[in-house]
Amino acid sequence: MNKSLEYYHGEDELLIYVTGEIDHHSCDGLRLATDELINRFTPEKTVLDFRDVTFCDSSGIAFILGRYKLVTALGKSVSVINIPPQPYKIFTLAAVNKIVSLSPLKIPSRK
Amino acid sequence: MKPIKKKTVKNQFEIKLPSRSVNEGFARASVAAFAAQCDPTVEVISELKTAVSEAVTNAVVHAYPDGIGLIHIKCRLYDDNSIAVSVRDSGVGIEDIQKAREPLYTSGSEDRAGMGFTVMEALSDRITVRSRPQRGTTVTIFKKLSGRNNGQKH
Repeated sequence: MNKSLEYYHGEDELLIYVTGEIDHHSCDGLRLATDELINRFTPEKTVLDFRDVTFCDSSGIAFILGRYKLVTALGKSVSVINIPPQPYKIFTLAAVNKIVSLSPLKIPSRK
Repeated sequence: MKPIKKKTVKNQFEIKLPSRSVNEGFARASVAAFAAQCDPTVEVISELKTAVSEAVTNAVVHAYPDGIGLIHIKCRLYDDNSIAVSVRDSGVGIEDIQKAREPLYTSGSEDRAGMGFTVMEALSDRITVRSRPQRGTTVTIFKKLSGRNNGQKH
């Protein structure tokens, strides 16, 4: 049930590409896979790239906050980047941005 | 006295699914696909899909603690392009509905954010919750899909 994740481990940074739908069904596998990577490398900064996340409900809120708890306990940090509009809306609704650094996906504006 | 205009149902569908988590994606996608006939904006469809996902997930997580039961999803589309989506189970029911609707409250495990109802309410025009202990729960989501305000709240 573990999700297979593409990641890059650099100097002090672990970049993880989160993909697909984040809901109650998928979040256990996603959680196990990201925690395995974070615990394996214990990087200073974990960056979750959300550009290929197609859907996210409140299970995604729990996922982000759970990873924040994990890295904070290790004295490290986590941020989420390239968040598409739908997940970004959910996260700001729940004020996740007050706890974790979030940045939206930059979509070129319409002419 | 202003006459109350009764809304006509112009289209509807119903599905029954076992309360398995693997069905959550299909359940929300089915409602989104059905609502598409009103040609709502991407944002409005996303909001509806997310609200339905929360309601269905609540039923999957809480309704049948001893096993698997059925979840009934019924969608009614009205002539004013508003939709009512009801998610019904015949499971344990909610003892204290007010408490259940509190942000951050969850009777589930540590991995649950307790934001299901909060997200549902924020993304819909109105929700109703009816429940009887051991008799089941019905959550209904009401949302305008298009019109003068294009589905927005204000």
